[in-house]
Amino acid sequence: MIVELTSNPIDVPRLIDHVNKPSNGGICTFLGVVRDNAEGRPVVKLGYEAYESMAVTQMRTIVEEAMQRWNLDAVALSHRTGELQIGEASVVIAVGAPHRAEAFEACRYIIDTLKTRVPIWKKEFFQDGAVWVEPVSSQPSPQ
Amino acid sequence: MARTKPPPSKSPPASPAAISVRVLFFASLADLMGERRRSLRLAAGATIADALRDLSLDVPELAARAPHVSFAVNETFVSADAALSDGDELALIPPVSGG
Repeated sequence: MIVELTSNPIDVPRLIDHVNKPSNGGICTFLGVVRDNAEGRPVVKLGYEAYESMAVTQMRTIVEEAMQRWNLDAVALSHRTGELQIGEASVVIAVGAPHRAEAFEACRYIIDTLKTRVPIWKKEFFQDGAVWVEPVSSQPSPQ
Repeated sequence: MARTKPPPSKSPPASPAAISVRVLFFASLADLMGERRRSLRLAAGATIADALRDLSLDVPELAARAPHVSFAVNETFVSADAALSDGDELALIPPVSGG
């Protein structure tokens, strides 16, 4: 398992290599990348802040949940912090599984769950200011 | 050996027992509070809601934000009625937006 926060560009091939095991017939990857607009308003860059120690713990828990639920032997999850430019990957997930269905489902579970309970925040920078993105629908609650 | 009560002259001072917690602020809450962490002294048995009340005396806008804030004590999500202990790390967590 690879679970990490990093302020450097994410090494996607390294994550894929980690889950490319002889027993796996499918690898599903997801990349979240920096979009150049927020509902049409031009975005110049993004910033990510994390409660780092807790974020890593939560990310590890989510990966462990997925590995147990879909009986996986290899998952990699990396999330960026700091400033990112348009097109850079902010999050990368690689899931290896014997068959594709489990790989797709586990990958989807990991990104959807990460967005609801990992303490990481995104700041959108515009030409004329910046805002923290804090959707009330993503308010974590005690498990 | 028989246990004996300490004599009254040796009892602690009359001030109520207090605890000290470290409060962490993130993202928009760090901007609002003007700092990323603060040490807070509270009465023994105080809850997160009590801590919020104290912090809101300094920064009244925090009270309006509280309904959309989640809480973690020592990196575990808890509800606002959770009691705090001396040395706890309390994080105020605005709605998350990772990914």
